Amino acid sequence: MRADIQVRNAVTRLEGPLLFLRRSVDAGLNEAVEVEDSLGRIRLGRIAALDDDTLTIEVLESTAGLTLADTRVRFLGEPLHFDVGPDILGRMFDGVGRVIDGGPPVSAVRSLRIDGHAINPAARAMPSDFIETGISTIDLMNSLVRGQKLPVFSGAGLPHDRLAIQIAHQAYIRDSAAGDFAMVFVAIGVPFDTAEYFRSAMEDSGALAHTSLFLNLASDSSTQRLLCPRFALTAAEYLAFVEGRHVLVVMTDMTNYCEALREVSASHGEVPGRKGFPGYMYSDLATLYERAGSLRDGSGSLTQVPILTMPSDDITHPIPDLTGYITEGQIVLDRELDRAGVYPPVKVLPSLSRLMKDGTGEGFTDADHPALSNQLYAAYARAVHVRVLASVVGRDGLSAVDQQFLDFGDRFEEELITQDSARTLEQSMSIGWQLLQTLPMSELHRLSDRQIEAHIKVRESP
Amino acid sequence: MKADSAAADAIITRISGPVLHARTRRSFQINEAVLVGGQRLLGEVIRIKGDEAVVQVYEDTTGLRPGTPLNGTGAPLSVRLGPGLLGNIFDGLLRPLTGQGSYVQPGVDQGHDQREFSFTPTVKPGEHVLAGAIIGTVACPDARPQHCLVPPSCQGEVISIVEAGEYSDRYTVCVLGGESGKTREIAMSHRWPVRQPRPVAARIPVEGPLFTGQRILDSIFPLACGGRAAMPGGFGTGKTILQETLAKWCDADVIIYVGCGERGNEMASVLEEFPALEDPRTGRRLMERTVIIANTSNMPVSARESSIYTAVTVAEFFRDQGMRVALMADSTSRWAEALREISGRLGELPGEAGYPAYLSSRLADFYERAAHVRTLNGQPGSLSIIGAVSPPSADFSEPVTTHTKRYVRSFWALDTGRAQARFYPAIHPLQSYSQDIDVLSQFWSQNGNPEWPEQRRRFLGLLEEQARLDRMARIVGKDALPPRQQHVLLCAELINEAFLRQSAFSEVDRYCSAARQMAMLKLLSYFIDKSEQAVAVQISVEDINTLNVMRRLRRMGEDIGNGELEKFDELRVTLDIELAQLTRRMASDAG
Repeated sequence: MRADIQVRNAVTRLEGPLLFLRRSVDAGLNEAVEVEDSLGRIRLGRIAALDDDTLTIEVLESTAGLTLADTRVRFLGEPLHFDVGPDILGRMFDGVGRVIDGGPPVSAVRSLRIDGHAINPAARAMPSDFIETGISTIDLMNSLVRGQKLPVFSGAGLPHDRLAIQIAHQAYIRDSAAGDFAMVFVAIGVPFDTAEYFRSAMEDSGALAHTSLFLNLASDSSTQRLLCPRFALTAAEYLAFVEGRHVLVVMTDMTNYCEALREVSASHGEVPGRKGFPGYMYSDLATLYERAGSLRDGSGSLTQVPILTMPSDDITHPIPDLTGYITEGQIVLDRELDRAGVYPPVKVLPSLSRLMKDGTGEGFTDADHPALSNQLYAAYARAVHVRVLASVVGRDGLSAVDQQFLDFGDRFEEELITQDSARTLEQSMSIGWQLLQTLPMSELHRLSDRQIEAHIKVRESP
Repeated sequence: MKADSAAADAIITRISGPVLHARTRRSFQINEAVLVGGQRLLGEVIRIKGDEAVVQVYEDTTGLRPGTPLNGTGAPLSVRLGPGLLGNIFDGLLRPLTGQGSYVQPGVDQGHDQREFSFTPTVKPGEHVLAGAIIGTVACPDARPQHCLVPPSCQGEVISIVEAGEYSDRYTVCVLGGESGKTREIAMSHRWPVRQPRPVAARIPVEGPLFTGQRILDSIFPLACGGRAAMPGGFGTGKTILQETLAKWCDADVIIYVGCGERGNEMASVLEEFPALEDPRTGRRLMERTVIIANTSNMPVSARESSIYTAVTVAEFFRDQGMRVALMADSTSRWAEALREISGRLGELPGEAGYPAYLSSRLADFYERAAHVRTLNGQPGSLSIIGAVSPPSADFSEPVTTHTKRYVRSFWALDTGRAQARFYPAIHPLQSYSQDIDVLSQFWSQNGNPEWPEQRRRFLGLLEEQARLDRMARIVGKDALPPRQQHVLLCAELINEAFLRQSAFSEVDRYCSAARQMAMLKLLSYFIDKSEQAVAVQISVEDINTLNVMRRLRRMGEDIGNGELEKFDELRVTLDIELAQLTRRMASDAG
């Protein structure tokens, strides 16, 4: 039921992104409109509030250049929809789903609402398919599974893009054999070169034909930043749940999204919350992140790797804080490691994957994988603790065991965290066991006697 | 929609987000439930001024417009309580989520429970029954046995009651005659307003613990049955895992698990895991005693506000049947945020951190519904509430945590540092507390451990001293500490590693019986005494630490199961032998 009603000369007031109209059309809340100025430029908007006499439209792009007299408003009679079809793969779109690669429009087979309905929690399937990313700190320590949302908490200038490409590449290798891999890349307010880096990297790996790109560049409208991930996730949901593919969505940079949310909220005159961000930012972010998952009666899955840059590397800032409360873990990148030349500079201790327990161990990866990861965590945490001690009393002031932990910590960073090329999980695990061998057996409380027998002692007496 | 607007109770005049204003044609009551538009979206009247009513809608309001009709239901927001609840998952307004398709669709009543339940009467015609009395037992293939009660609002003489058999939950099983000659028909289910606490005969003081099988809780920071606990923690500190663990292993008869503004995948994992797990006490499936209420973070915010009340009302319904009920609310912060969001839309004056000024009293109302009671039919029943709190930036001085702290009696603070070392449960022993120690020490002395309060104090004392010594060791180095202090560090480390750490995923250790907790407590106390004596005769702490038995002690939680308590005695003998050997060796070295 696509209505098409136009109104002219009804605008009574313009204020920031809001357009007030005399109510002469029977339109409903949240329905989409197109606002056309005197030069014929079209902007998208939605109906934000209604009363008996007035209709308030939130324009989703800049309102510069609009006038009271010559503005035309076209009512679409339904909320914003995105026309999707199988040939959205290999294509490039702007933040509101318009083709920008110069090619023909996509042939749509479905028209889906961009802020789709919430997935029924009773219809979700439990994510448990391990994705091997080739990165030891993820595969071994914080495993990613299909249908998970695992963000990368990074900082400005850290190599998060390279990491995301690596994860995508690895997922491609794994799933392309079955022909059911698809990737959706969402650039939210990023510079052109970042978007181009992703595009060319996907091209090099041969995955571009399986990728949809949604680009809202830094130079584009900031209000469109709020729409860009919604269009992209609608496409991803189509690919995952209608076409049954395993879809990986990389969204960068969520910090720009939140900044745009703050900007729009301020222009609405809403009461600001922490650091000026609106109080509903948690719910708003959740409507994006919660679109990850897999369904009981579908074969596809939607995995999200959102990237955000923590303002001044502060993990307690509202953006990483709220994200961490919604997502299923986080991979934290560290400036100190990066400066020391460690790649990938994953700060292991605050990193976490909540779904790891469901996708590792007996029947998924290796039966001893969870225990190994657990023991490495405990040992590395102790090493970091000892390091603080050593910085005051010096290495000689430490007990013999503590000195062993100190060495373990250094080798852990040099041998396990650092890597030049992809490793299989088996390779990562083998490095892990080797590292634990440097510690006294009596300190390995998280391993059972059988595990010590099978993995540590064997290596000691070759 | 146009056609029935003439007959409607009210017409929408203004709408913005989930809040709408309507011109009314009849008088509404405050908190009355209303149905909006052709989709019959559920809403609630929250403010009335002249002929204008302000309504909060619990669902997506897309497409609503001025002129849309809405109708009152004549009753406050209510839910239907009955035998079909156990073993199922519902949304924040207690509408079933199973069999509703892959996406949550707006609109009321997608058909109700068609199942039949087996009813066996326990009263006969002619008997006089009071409000809350049991008139029959109800059996259901995938749920524990339940009782059928006379609703709290009525009483009278049983005029007729059905034979034992299978009936739907809305079928009239009993007719009561009142004093004025009016009759009341009673079915297995009845409606109850969510914001109104269900009546009880009396509140009685708490007695025993809600036993959880988690050492750091039962032995260090116990929760009384009918008590209130809060667990605040930053993201990734294991709130949800701990809530799920409690839901699995605590010794309640019925578990109400409410996911309030949390992740959808967590609900899926509960739905996947619970039907496969067995209750260690009854041997039945855990799902049979569980009701899940899910308002995930992407479901409408206003229903998040009501989901907490829905959950506590359901919990009271089972309490009134004389059961021990535990309510897990994850997370109360999301509920408080929903309050804040709605308050903001109503233009109320914000208080601390933008929360409405009534935040504190709402929290109090909620936690006060936890109680140990004598029900209307005279049986004891209890409702314990365990609320998770998600403080922004893990800062416990924020309003929701500080207000919650005033109303709970057990406070389990989750610590980021512990969680990062994968030390779970990450409850910080020095920031947590329990106010029911005196009452609960009876439980332990009845189980054969009258020294429990003393052991507990000693453990906490050691942990406190460890924190102080750790700071000192950072300056002077660990080796520079005198032997007695090194001994404290060793004991505290052992308490942490051997007793407080407990893996929720280890089949042996996920549930620790009371007997095993006592055996471990005693063995550790024995070790502390013995090693203290050894240190007093100049044996070095480092030598004690390298004894083979230390590894056995540290791993005893995971190595020795609930059914192998004799192994603790063996461990104690090994400890004696190794210590004696060490003492002899030292003596001969000195000699």
